[in-house]
Amino acid sequence: MENSTFDRRQFLCRAGAVGLAGLSLAQPALAATDIAEGYGVLVDTTECIGCRKCEYACAKSNELSDLPLEGFEDRSVFNEPRRMTADAYTVVNRYDDTAHPERPTFIKVQCMHCLKPACASACLVGALRPQSNGAVTYDPWKCMGCRYCMVACPFQVPAYEYDHALTPKVSKCSFCFERVSKGGKAPACVDICPPMCLTFAKRSELLTLAREKVKAHPEQYLDHVYGEHELGGTSWLYLTSRPVTELGLMEFGEKPIPEYTEPLQHGIFKHGVPPMLLFGLLAVATKTFHHKEDE
Amino acid sequence: MSVPSHPVSLRRGLLTPGVAVLSCIALTGLVVAVYRFVFGLGAVTNLTNQYPWGLWIGVDVASGVALAAGGFTSAAVAHVFHRRKYEVLVRPALLTAMLGYTFAVIGLMADLGRYYNIWHPLLPSMWQGNSVLFEVAMCVTIYLNVLYIEFMPIVCERFIGRVGLPGPLRLLNGPIDVMLRIARGTLSKIMFLFIAGGVVLSCMHQSSLGSLLLIAPYKMSPLWYTPIMPLMFLLSAFAAGFAMVVFESLLASWTFGRKPEMPVLFAYSRFVAVFLGVYGVARISDLMIREAWGAAFAGDAASYMFLAEIGLGIALPLAMLFSTRVRRTPAGLLTASSLVVFGVLLNRINVFLVAFKPPYAKAPYFPSVPEILVTVGLVAGLVLAYRVCVTVFPVLPVEEHATDEAAETVQQRCPVQAESYVS
Ligand code: SF4
Ligand code: SF4
Ligand code: SF4
Repeated sequence: MENSTFDRRQFLCRAGAVGLAGLSLAQPALAATDIAEGYGVLVDTTECIGCRKCEYACAKSNELSDLPLEGFEDRSVFNEPRRMTADAYTVVNRYDDTAHPERPTFIKVQCMHCLKPACASACLVGALRPQSNGAVTYDPWKCMGCRYCMVACPFQVPAYEYDHALTPKVSKCSFCFERVSKGGKAPACVDICPPMCLTFAKRSELLTLAREKVKAHPEQYLDHVYGEHELGGTSWLYLTSRPVTELGLMEFGEKPIPEYTEPLQHGIFKHGVPPMLLFGLLAVATKTFHHKEDE
Repeated sequence: MSVPSHPVSLRRGLLTPGVAVLSCIALTGLVVAVYRFVFGLGAVTNLTNQYPWGLWIGVDVASGVALAAGGFTSAAVAHVFHRRKYEVLVRPALLTAMLGYTFAVIGLMADLGRYYNIWHPLLPSMWQGNSVLFEVAMCVTIYLNVLYIEFMPIVCERFIGRVGLPGPLRLLNGPIDVMLRIARGTLSKIMFLFIAGGVVLSCMHQSSLGSLLLIAPYKMSPLWYTPIMPLMFLLSAFAAGFAMVVFESLLASWTFGRKPEMPVLFAYSRFVAVFLGVYGVARISDLMIREAWGAAFAGDAASYMFLAEIGLGIALPLAMLFSTRVRRTPAGLLTASSLVVFGVLLNRINVFLVAFKPPYAKAPYFPSVPEILVTVGLVAGLVLAYRVCVTVFPVLPVEEHATDEAAETVQQRCPVQAESYVS
């Protein structure tokens, strides 16, 4: 996808707001070279107030529910961590901090839009695909509903419309692909987020921004950008004040998930040579043993 | 060389109490399946966003394919390596494989959310060669057709000269007969290509079924997750394939009141012992190398399932099969072979359902009653289909002490059978 229509202003105004407007990362020059580099979102969990407006915006923008904004103001949902469902591409959870009971952490979760997505490697018909703008998109018309993508996703993100008898879909955050690549806007959740919690920009710029933030406020952040290297990197990145495992995220190594199956798959069946070889051997064996028997 | 006895159609009525019971079970499964297609997967299964695969994938598809491995193992032994004394086992094994794969695909249809898109992997525009599942889908599709082709000579044998369509369809009798003769003539020349191809395809997808869960390294129990899962699946498919043939042959003899083919089965069970032994050694060494033994004694459900699989499914039958005395008796052989089959079934259930421990799951998956009814119904349907096929087609070998009448039937029905099969 050519994404020259991505909204740069969005990023600039946010970066400006945190006093980073002067940084080189905010230079608006959209060189032809960085079209290849995808976009991302930096989630600064220390800024999240748990207003759940992103849940509302996402549901509305993706036509998942017609609940009005007030429907998302119920804070009792925070009593139990939730997961994405067929009707919710994103949820916000609260994790209490025993050291600071007055300051719980809120964290928004959704598809991470992996740079090396396990779901896309698993999908046998290419219904899930990484796009060059950083999104991992889903095409329900190709999908067979085998749900291997759900088995594969290390973040356990995709949900399934088990209650639809005829045209069930895999449901997961689309990174607002249409809205972003064609409409030239930021994702709905980023647009609505009142504090400086969600920032939408080129992934490399987000990494620089994240580092600046950590440097400026080392007391506020752990020096780790979750998603920078995890499983080969993700488009969505997280800054936290606490270890991610306390916030319902899992720790991962750097090896991308597709590398657990693809080399083996291509090694054994390289250009179909090994199977053809075995076939030849067996065919020859059939003839040889047969003749021996005749003697 | 002793000529193997020619198979004949089973001369028995279909209206038995056993058939009636099986039909009821199969019908119940069918009703539940219809309900699933009308109201969706959510209405009948216990599947969740964390457990996307359940009983139908673990048993109907993955185990079904493993237990249908007898088709290619026996074809390899009898037709590639020409151990002619095992010829009598080939047709029943081929029939089981053909029905096993057919029912696995039926089970898969019930599980697929968009079952009507099942043909999508055949469209080059949708090929996704990085997917393990893509390769499994392609191999299984092609192999299913290969199995039908391998069964064709049996159909020819049954109907050539005896196509008897009633009423106005009578006109078709002649053309169909000609077509069957052409098919027989062509197939007898090229059948070895299909048999070799079937073995290759089987090796490919049997092992790839083991690669499927390699993509979930962070979710799988170390008791089963190993980079050589595909090799484990291939070895266990060999063991299961050979064991299934023995098990089935004894079971058929018992059900139909025939004498078991003990000398043949005695010899054939060596293959079970050898492959089960190799598989067992591979499993144990792999655990040692990965130092994953600890989890086997953790005292949780997974550890018990693992110990049951290794103890009852590998160690015990292996010990039995290494005793000539056990192998000489039908009861001993039946016990040992059914344990091997049980062990491989348990392995597939363990890998697909027990070892899979997804994050964020509220409760472990356990199949719902409707899910179980569909699976049991499919098994009943498969046994019924087998029963019908052995009645219609010459699959089971004739009794050694056949009545004159039966012997005569053999004479007229199968003059060139053994030769026409592989040129
Ligand atoms: S988080 Fe899961 S669903 Fe999202 S891109 Fe990565 S593998 Fe795919
Ligand atoms: S459920 Fe659909 S998107 Fe997921 S792997 Fe299967 S075909 Fe692909
Ligand atoms: S990017 Fe779009 S689809 Fe994804 S969580 Fe935000 S609003 Fe929802």
